[in-house]
Amino acid sequence: MKRKSRGAFLFLSPSVLLLLIFFIVPIILTICFAFTNMALTGSAARNLQFIGFQNFTNMFQDPDFRISVLRTLVFLIFSAVIGQVVLGFILALLMKEKNVTFRRIIGIIVIAGWVTPEIVVAFCMVAFFSDNGSLNQIIGWFGISPVSWLFSFPMVSVIIANIWHGTAFSMMVYQSALDEIPKDIEEAATIDGASNFKILSYITIPMVKGSIVTNMMLVTLQTLGVFTLIYTMTGGGPGTATQTLPVFMYNQAFVNYQFGYGTAISLVLLVIGIVASLFYMKSMKVKV
Amino acid sequence: MVKHRLQRNIQYGILVVLGLCFLLPLFWILLASFDTNAQQGIRFPNFTLDNFSAVLGDSGNLRSFGVGVILSGGQATLVVLASVLAAYPLSRYEMRFKKSFLLSILFMTALPITAVMVPVFQMFLFFKLQNSIFATMLFLTSSSLPYGIWMMKSFMDSVPIDLEEAAWIDGASVWGGLRRIVAPLMLPGIATIAIFTFSGSWGNFFVPYILLQTPEKLPASVTIYQFFGSHGMVEYGRLAAFSLLYTMPSVVLYMFSQRYMSKGFSMGGATKG
Repeated sequence: MKRKSRGAFLFLSPSVLLLLIFFIVPIILTICFAFTNMALTGSAARNLQFIGFQNFTNMFQDPDFRISVLRTLVFLIFSAVIGQVVLGFILALLMKEKNVTFRRIIGIIVIAGWVTPEIVVAFCMVAFFSDNGSLNQIIGWFGISPVSWLFSFPMVSVIIANIWHGTAFSMMVYQSALDEIPKDIEEAATIDGASNFKILSYITIPMVKGSIVTNMMLVTLQTLGVFTLIYTMTGGGPGTATQTLPVFMYNQAFVNYQFGYGTAISLVLLVIGIVASLFYMKSMKVKV
Repeated sequence: MVKHRLQRNIQYGILVVLGLCFLLPLFWILLASFDTNAQQGIRFPNFTLDNFSAVLGDSGNLRSFGVGVILSGGQATLVVLASVLAAYPLSRYEMRFKKSFLLSILFMTALPITAVMVPVFQMFLFFKLQNSIFATMLFLTSSSLPYGIWMMKSFMDSVPIDLEEAAWIDGASVWGGLRRIVAPLMLPGIATIAIFTFSGSWGNFFVPYILLQTPEKLPASVTIYQFFGSHGMVEYGRLAAFSLLYTMPSVVLYMFSQRYMSKGFSMGGATKG
């Protein structure tokens, strides 16, 4: 027995109000402010003007912007798609049908990195990659001379940090997906003489395809918004070597106080996010 | 058979190596927190608790933990209240705009919050809300509300409507049914959402970093950054101890949520009996 709505709006109103004020209004503001010369200091601060597509023309001519789009892509592909999604799958696959205690120990270790707050992850990783850090100690045992990781390979460092932090999520998603595959299907294939690789590519992966796609979208969206990890590890540097779009946006809006320009960058970020979210929703095939 | 065993051993070997890679960065923070002369590399300390007593003896640090608890605790409470209310009609009523509402909620859960930080700051500036813990709490609430509503609705769907109907026949109102029948049966779900919300914002650095300014109002997630940003010579031992203390609530809450989660899944069966 379903009832018609009379009190429905009353129940929904607190949520709708909050989402309207803090979600919808900022999105509308982003669209409006992106076309203004808004700034915190200087003459533009006193006389706010509509400047049309000026911010966007500037943006697409700004080499810093173009390169940060490129860096964001590199960060997304290596830390989200290749790193977390593939490593998470490999971990889940290897852990399948292993000793329960062993499985649990590895699981706890990987999940520990995920539970740790982003800023602590950044701190751990700065120490790990620093000149006298653990990584240089370890490669020292093999007679390799120390490397200034954060200086010479800053992008690699933040990518590894994000993989370390995020992989557990994918691993858990794949673990539950793999557990749901009926055992007899793979067993039957083994009896028929299929090799492990064939079983993996013709049975296992197709059966968990749905989870792979959904997880990939979700991880990509999360990684797109990553700010804290990069900002606290490298500050976007050295120079602008790790300046992804969120960090670039922060620098323009909160360091240079070019709010109009900063908002135009957030609009780009928002549009990328919206497109990815739509793909995500499509891949979920939700029933509401 | 021999080939098979070899293969298994190789797999175990790869897992051990991967496990060690994941363990290493954490291992350092554990050791450094007990070492007053900690450096960036791994070394075995003469175990002392000095770092912890130094961190806990500082009233500024304690206050930042307190602010964090207020901010995240307030947010978690508001998210639970608002999403229980919102989930009720979404789960029980027939409404014209239900489908589009739920789809927009799902859409919002996926949107990266980073993208709206600049306009939100401008809004706070305009309404003179910067540095207000309460306003920051409200923003955090709405940022995790879509996820809260979505989860709460699916938890509520699994509470059978028959129980509520029985209560109505006994004279309970809609509100009374929600409060006395549905909410208690959903406790595992409510706890899960509260825990997820709390630890999410406990670990959130960006939002309070942008919206709050005076040192007394900053939660632990921001003070920890100033710790390694501004002191010149970084005291690694203390920073590690602070990090560890700051990470503990997330770890403990995660373990709790696991327990609630497994209870939550068996809930459907329990109520039928």
